[in-house]
Amino acid sequence: MSRFNEHIRIVDTTLRDGSHAVKHQFTPEDVKAIASALDEAGVYGIEISHGDGLAGSSIQYGWALYSDEERLSAAKEVVKKSKIAVLLLPGIGTRKDLQRSIERGAKIARIATHVTEADISEQHIKMSKDMGLEVMTFLMLSHMESPSKVLEQAKLMESYGADVVYVVDSAGAMLPDDVRARVSILKEHLTVEVGFHAHENLGLAIGNTLAAIKEGATVIDGTLCSLGAGAGNAATEVLVAVLEKLGYETGVDLYKIMSTAEDIMRPRMSRPQIIDRASLALGYAGVYSSFLLHTYKAAERFKVDPLDILMELGKRRVVGGQEDMIIDVAYELTHTRTETSTA
Amino acid sequence: MSENRVNVAIIGPGNIGTDLMYKILKYSKFMNLKIIVGIYSTSEGLKRARDLGIEASSEGIDALLRDKSIKIAFEATMASAHLKNAPLLERAGIRAIDLTPAAVGPYVCPVVNMDDNINHPNINLITCGAQATVPIVAAVSSVAKVKYAEIVATIASKSAGPGTRQNIDEFTQTTARGLEVVGKAEKGKAIIILNPAEPPIIMRNTIYTVVEEQNKDQIIAAIEKMVKKVKEYVPGYKLRVPPIFDEEKVTTMIEVEGEGAFLPKYAGNLDIETSVAVAIGDRIAEKLVREGV
Repeated sequence: MSRFNEHIRIVDTTLRDGSHAVKHQFTPEDVKAIASALDEAGVYGIEISHGDGLAGSSIQYGWALYSDEERLSAAKEVVKKSKIAVLLLPGIGTRKDLQRSIERGAKIARIATHVTEADISEQHIKMSKDMGLEVMTFLMLSHMESPSKVLEQAKLMESYGADVVYVVDSAGAMLPDDVRARVSILKEHLTVEVGFHAHENLGLAIGNTLAAIKEGATVIDGTLCSLGAGAGNAATEVLVAVLEKLGYETGVDLYKIMSTAEDIMRPRMSRPQIIDRASLALGYAGVYSSFLLHTYKAAERFKVDPLDILMELGKRRVVGGQEDMIIDVAYELTHTRTETSTA
Repeated sequence: MSENRVNVAIIGPGNIGTDLMYKILKYSKFMNLKIIVGIYSTSEGLKRARDLGIEASSEGIDALLRDKSIKIAFEATMASAHLKNAPLLERAGIRAIDLTPAAVGPYVCPVVNMDDNINHPNINLITCGAQATVPIVAAVSSVAKVKYAEIVATIASKSAGPGTRQNIDEFTQTTARGLEVVGKAEKGKAIIILNPAEPPIIMRNTIYTVVEEQNKDQIIAAIEKMVKKVKEYVPGYKLRVPPIFDEEKVTTMIEVEGEGAFLPKYAGNLDIETSVAVAIGDRIAEKLVREGV
């Protein structure tokens, strides 16, 4: 089968997943500058939400500087062609948050659950469809389960009405063969499109995305300059360049997206987006990428090694959203250490 | 039966109703479980009731309403069913203790606002997440002004039934409202997480409160006292991490281990619901006995 002129839709999630890297401090001005440049470059979707989805602004996940509504309103003013997307995790965001997003221009709902919990997405997938949204669904931490389990859960999401089901490598823990196995089984057994969301913790974000595309994924996430949780995501500008070289059609203008990354995004970055030791540990131990900055904070507060926290979180098989476990583990590590030293 | 007990009924012989049945039989001091009703004749819960010599009917609420001796009914079905049953029970003069999210009556957390609602014809148990966390928020509220309360309830996937899963939006919103209405936080927020780890994790709850002008010793004492009070009816309720103070923020972590009789130990979220139901039922029954009803 020729892959030339195959169409790949790109959803840029700089203003959602990327917000982890700036501790959710994006301003409406940042949103306008980034969203208008992405729109001009021609990405299919622009995701705007707190890093942990609508209503993620909290003690647990970090306060956003501006509300979801303020950031969505800013985007609505400038976005002309791209579709605005919002992320919702059942258990965090609610119907009210979806309604407020639609009033502010959202056209795509992305409903995310842990890879084994697809059935908690039924209510929000159905209400999003009823509200007239395109629905893309996420199976987070897909590396934690076998391809057949991922398929079983994907089929549930498809049955509730999802238009696209994503394999999400939230921990950046997958190797290319892991991606292939999961995407191919979904592609074979689902009638809806398959998406892929990568993280860079093991340095494989672009490579894994290519593996997913070769197995039939047609909706792909990226962020400008890789900005994102952990070591970041697949860089949108790099994806566009690579896919163009391979002959895929993305509808994104390469020069414009390169300029968006270099001239608009890079000057706004507060820390270098690199694979540092702790990010690498996330990928290695299979821990949710958003835990990174919270782990640094807890490590400092309780005077423990961030690597010890991450490894213990990996052992406990903690899932996405359990940021409170970082405190629990850090507290326990100090406690054990005190007990050992006094013993 | 004994004249020191009032006759009660359970509607819904599922996991929750069955666990409630065992708890009433084992722990109640003022209730006599007279009948359990369901709608499927093949129900395992009804069979278990019969084996214990308790009247069991698959004719639903009609069977219950025919028995004029019933004073209290526990609704352990679904919100939609309770919306239909609530007026029937009230008309029959039967007090309803509602374990569904229907919220026909006021939200009640027994250690916080039982006395205010003891005469109400219909009492709602909010959610399991609220029963586990509202006491802590209320404890902090009793000694400081709580500007904001946020809770994270993490439950084992295996203990989350279809009711919770298909209505997670209401679960999230109702738990948040419980923090405000019963916990007395100015603003409440709830986060619900399902964890599929094997072996299943015990229900755990993190409670963050943002308080003005805190007195640390008072807050610690109020929380410790509250944990002891909850323990009286939920023995597996325990402080996992004592209060951590960070400027205006107070973080407390609670673990709820189930009794491990009919339901597994990790299902503290279900155990706390049925334990609370028995505690509320007994308070109302005790009052009815004393009044000689």
